[in-house]
Amino acid sequence: MSQKQLLLGDEALALGALHAGLSGVYAYPGTPSTEITEYIQGHPLTAERGVHCRWSVNEKTAMEEALGMSFAGKRSLVCFKHVGLNVCADPFMGSAVTGANGGLVIASCDDPSMHSSQNEQDSRFYASFALIPVFEPSSQQEAYEMAREAFDYSESRGIPVMMRLTTRLSHSRSIVEGIDNSAARTPNEMHFPANEVQWCTLPVNARKRYRQLIKDYAGFEEDAVKSRFNSLTEGPDKSLGVIACGIAYNYLMENFPDGCPFPVLKISQYPFPKELILKLAGMCKRILVLEEGQPLLEERLRGILPHGVEILGRLSGALPRTGELSPDPVRKALGLPEREGCAPSEVPAPRPPALCQGCGHRDFFTALNAVMKNYPKGKVFSDIGCYTLGWLPPFESFTTCVEMGASVTMAQGSAFSGLYPAVAVIGDSTFTHSGMTGLLDAVNEKSDILVCISDNLTTGMTGGQDSAGTGRLEAICEGLGVPKEHIRTIVPLPVNYPEMERVIREEIEYHGVSVIISRRECIQTAKRHAKK
Amino acid sequence: MKRDIILAGVGGQGILSIATVIGSAALEQNLSLKQAEVHGMSQRGGDVQSHLRLSDAPIHSDLIPLGGADIIISMEPMEALRYLPFLAKDGWIITNTVPLKNIPNYPEMEEVEKALAKVKNLVALDAEAMAKAVQSPRSANMVLLGASAAVMKILEPEKLRDGIRRIFARKGDAIVDANLKAFDAGLEFSRKQ
Repeated sequence: MSQKQLLLGDEALALGALHAGLSGVYAYPGTPSTEITEYIQGHPLTAERGVHCRWSVNEKTAMEEALGMSFAGKRSLVCFKHVGLNVCADPFMGSAVTGANGGLVIASCDDPSMHSSQNEQDSRFYASFALIPVFEPSSQQEAYEMAREAFDYSESRGIPVMMRLTTRLSHSRSIVEGIDNSAARTPNEMHFPANEVQWCTLPVNARKRYRQLIKDYAGFEEDAVKSRFNSLTEGPDKSLGVIACGIAYNYLMENFPDGCPFPVLKISQYPFPKELILKLAGMCKRILVLEEGQPLLEERLRGILPHGVEILGRLSGALPRTGELSPDPVRKALGLPEREGCAPSEVPAPRPPALCQGCGHRDFFTALNAVMKNYPKGKVFSDIGCYTLGWLPPFESFTTCVEMGASVTMAQGSAFSGLYPAVAVIGDSTFTHSGMTGLLDAVNEKSDILVCISDNLTTGMTGGQDSAGTGRLEAICEGLGVPKEHIRTIVPLPVNYPEMERVIREEIEYHGVSVIISRRECIQTAKRHAKK
Repeated sequence: MKRDIILAGVGGQGILSIATVIGSAALEQNLSLKQAEVHGMSQRGGDVQSHLRLSDAPIHSDLIPLGGADIIISMEPMEALRYLPFLAKDGWIITNTVPLKNIPNYPEMEEVEKALAKVKNLVALDAEAMAKAVQSPRSANMVLLGASAAVMKILEPEKLRDGIRRIFARKGDAIVDANLKAFDAGLEFSRKQ
């Protein structure tokens, strides 16, 4: 029986994938994408059908595992936050060349306004770069329906498909209708690609395949012109034409409760439908482009539209150049009068996020700071995770944080340049994600660095997912060649400060690669475990 | 009819449980609903807000426009003030009066109270003491929900009670009753204002 449910955009996508006959999800947690995989992990169909749902070590392994499943003829889903696409850029680009056998959908969740991220890169650029089609839902209902169609599309066209979500849709809940678990498509049987040649990307094969891919891409564009997710709606007032991509469509319509007076082109499937855009430009001499994220379409339109058509958007200054959209900036761009609420208050002070009370990272930073005070010429390099909050007062424990794993390698580069002491601080999950390879470099170079793994036995920032190296960090470091006597373990608690400081000092004084594992369970997961 | 609500507080204060109850009631009443939540880094003790939109007509945006909110429900008094530009001039603030001071530069309470007093429609209550008074110390959020029920309009209090019954059912009757008592204490307080 068909039902309705209240679902996050992430959950709607996940359910759509399950109902499309998913055989496996491969993912590394990252805000705002985490809930896709978590929803699949908790859904009864997953257990019933034996759908793969274990977290991968990083986005690159996830993407490759999913590609392997697609090669074997089954439907697979990859999920990550936008910067995860950088980590798996190599297999992502490669997957356009191999193509897909079983449906392969890549859910990349962008974070404009950087609510929980280090940049606001727009995944649509990657897709266009790779010549991969994109589905960009504007609502939870569309997220559900598109996920199902994206798998069919991927399989019928033999190409991976990206589903692009942004924070506001990923983390917003709404009613999704027409849900019927009993109508879920049966997962594919294993079957191999009819044309296996393109799955080996030797130049001789890749050259041929690339030419075909370019031809196929023209077909994807024709599909986008006909897609039910892209629509051109006439409007009586031709003084402006509006192109609204994905969720930006909602902000447009919010400003016109009785219907938009301007012609509107809603785009939710890419490559963008040039034919429809030209049709709109034939009606209107001014075009406003509303897109959540970076001005991809606005930029490209300049090469397509006839001379004399004015293009308004983030580049023209009609919309803010950065940050996520909302009804109000869109209202301004439409030339409507500003809305007014109560006067803002000067009273509230900023309340930035902070490490939880009782968190082991706190005790580790306290001890590290006490030791580093004696080494005023030293520098600490850190990484991505809860512990990045240690940059803020009262800790201010380190100088850098760039991307997953960079603490270990940047410490190494700086140490070679003459920095001493060079200390890296990295979380357990980040270490297995991208720190291990850098540690091997350090061992091979006999680098004079101290790597501190602040091990809370989980992937904390995203809500406590399993961490790939739990229980094996010492063995991993030893296997990579760190001398056993320089792999030290401490328990970050105030009562242990003297001991912690002694160990940190000793390993700074050792001129070679040493690792200190500061290990205590995340206070959040510990609370949950205590309740059980 | 529409009701746009901003739920405000500090990460970990349980504003999403308020949203879950309202959401369940709205679903049951066949209302349209959109609810934008904050996940990720901000949940670590930072300020958090959720935009909750209810309507008997389709809703477009997941975010409430400036001046569009009918109610701000806040678990913390200073946080209630953060979202004033979103509040309609005749909108309501329903706020807990107990401050959560996890920052060194928390303003003087007198200033916070003065700023709140300027709001035209204000219900300020010590939700934590009221929750304790009905032997349900962890249900301050349900006290606030109850207090807002008096001005919710689009959902009758009984529909919200049903929401509480559904959401807390798997935790047992005692928990359901405790939350209902907290809800009723808030509702009664608000009605007497």
